[in-house]
Amino acid sequence: MRTIIFLLQKEFRQIRRNKTILPIIFVMPIIQLLILVHATTFEIKNVKLCVVDQDMSNTSQRLVHRLEGSSFFKITANTFSFDEAQQQLATNKADMIVNIPSGFSNDLIKENHATVQLIPNAINANFATLAYSYASNVIFDFNKSILTEWAGNISPQPLKTITTQARFWYNPEMNYKWFMFPGIMVILITMIGMFLSGLNLVREKEIGTSEQLNVTPMQKYQFIIGKLLPFLIIGIFELFLATLLGKLIYGVPLVGSIWVLVAFTFIYLLVVLGIGLFISTMAETQQQMMFIAFFVVIVFILLSGIFTPMESMPIWVQKFNTINPLSYFMRVIRMVMLKGSGFSDLIAEFISLSIYAAAILSLATWRYRKTA
Amino acid sequence: MNIKKENIEIYVRNLVKKFGSFVANDHLNFEVYKGEIFGFLGANGAGKTTAMRILCGLSHPTSGEITVAGYDVYKQTELIKKNIGYMSQKFSLYEDLTVIENMELYGGIYGMSRKHIRERAGELLSRLQMEHTRKVLIASLPLGWKQKLAFSVAILHQPRIVFLDEPTGGVDPITRRQFWDLIYEAAHEGITVFVTTHYMDEAEYCDRVTIMVDGRIDALDTPGLLKERYQAANMNDVFIKVARPDFQLTINNEQ
Repeated sequence: MRTIIFLLQKEFRQIRRNKTILPIIFVMPIIQLLILVHATTFEIKNVKLCVVDQDMSNTSQRLVHRLEGSSFFKITANTFSFDEAQQQLATNKADMIVNIPSGFSNDLIKENHATVQLIPNAINANFATLAYSYASNVIFDFNKSILTEWAGNISPQPLKTITTQARFWYNPEMNYKWFMFPGIMVILITMIGMFLSGLNLVREKEIGTSEQLNVTPMQKYQFIIGKLLPFLIIGIFELFLATLLGKLIYGVPLVGSIWVLVAFTFIYLLVVLGIGLFISTMAETQQQMMFIAFFVVIVFILLSGIFTPMESMPIWVQKFNTINPLSYFMRVIRMVMLKGSGFSDLIAEFISLSIYAAAILSLATWRYRKTA
Repeated sequence: MNIKKENIEIYVRNLVKKFGSFVANDHLNFEVYKGEIFGFLGANGAGKTTAMRILCGLSHPTSGEITVAGYDVYKQTELIKKNIGYMSQKFSLYEDLTVIENMELYGGIYGMSRKHIRERAGELLSRLQMEHTRKVLIASLPLGWKQKLAFSVAILHQPRIVFLDEPTGGVDPITRRQFWDLIYEAAHEGITVFVTTHYMDEAEYCDRVTIMVDGRIDALDTPGLLKERYQAANMNDVFIKVARPDFQLTINNEQ
């Protein structure tokens, strides 16, 4: 125990004097949470529309106004030529073409049926789908309003329609930032844990001090605790800092208990630090360490369901996620923050992460050798 | 120095270390006695560092019977580590810690109390006349000072044996001389000193020296007796005669 205290004192003295790590601990969370949350939002606004109104009727004009009136769309071009509209799409001046064919109004009155063509730029399929469905909604609403209008002209009773009313639980305002924020927090804690611990260990190898420590009677477990504990403390600190920033900047609620969050962060950090330690036993230089850690982190992040719902991934990818600690932690942190899930709701995740932590730490400790 | 069986601090019989098919240490045999300054000489790549790392418990021998401070290198490495100090070839104090912080760390690891560390640090620093550097970062000190500090840190916990791996590499002659004064003082305190070097003038300062060539020990005796046996004026000539007999031959022919 005394040895560990001496080691901790040493680590914190070094961190305090380190002109790179200290700013990273404070600045990285602020930058990531301020910028990345906005960068990863899937909300779309100001979709640039190019309108080809070949009908030029009162009805078609009203539809165009409807689209313009919605906050999602901005009409950047009006043309009569479909070729020109295509040009607009090709040069990225427009995101979607709204093509209203001539006879639109007539068809609607005579045939009770008319067609509007929507051509979104689908290079970003996600964006195109959203833009398309927003526009469809607007057109559907428009359809309904002219229907009631015309029906009203014929019969005195308004048309009976069934409307659905959606209520979005846990994130009632459908605020995308609330969804993304916990995700960015997870990335932050992962990076701090894995990179700082791993780099620290490899650095000692590089400068030769690890060999000096190896000739001392210090036990392996003392060394490893001395190395992991400082970053565990920093990681927990980052959690508090991030939660506070989330509340202040985005008003992200913390519905659940902070202590549940702390308990899970603690176990999760053990996993991440264990991975960092494990990688450091394979790396001889800091470059190697960085390279391997980057690879691991990126795979874990993209698979974790932070950006895309895990349910829509192929089954084998979902299976792979059982060995992805990020996906557990991501689920937990979102559930606790937004849904207020308590410990009893998260037993399965707790057990999985604990087993993970025990396994990776044993593996890393076993790989870490005092002798060559 | 007292050459008696009960005073053996390091005992080595038929030490062999192989890396694949390469034999780094080929049946080494020697003993080191208590309070002795034992010089381990050899050209670069002769296998000195390999042997020293085995004695420190940093590496396992392939075969041989070896005890250090009375403990077996196969089974009792942790006990050996409690009783030795080590100064590696590569400078290895923490550059971003101060002098006293480095001493606190290593002293703490060896189980010394904070009070004891302070006393011993004061004593060693005053011996080095470096009390004023207590709170100075290692990074800002000149190399010679760092080496002397590294030595002081290696003997901070008063080990029975201290291993020095080319401790004076890259250091100016005056500092080297001062460094050897420190070694003498440590030996005087009763610490056995095991030192590798390839400076032959330093070999003269040792009680006994071995000369390693290609993984073998080709000579082992006091500097005086070695010079006598090889009819050499100094250790430099002894070394050349032992390590490069052919080279010596050509010089003789030219004469």
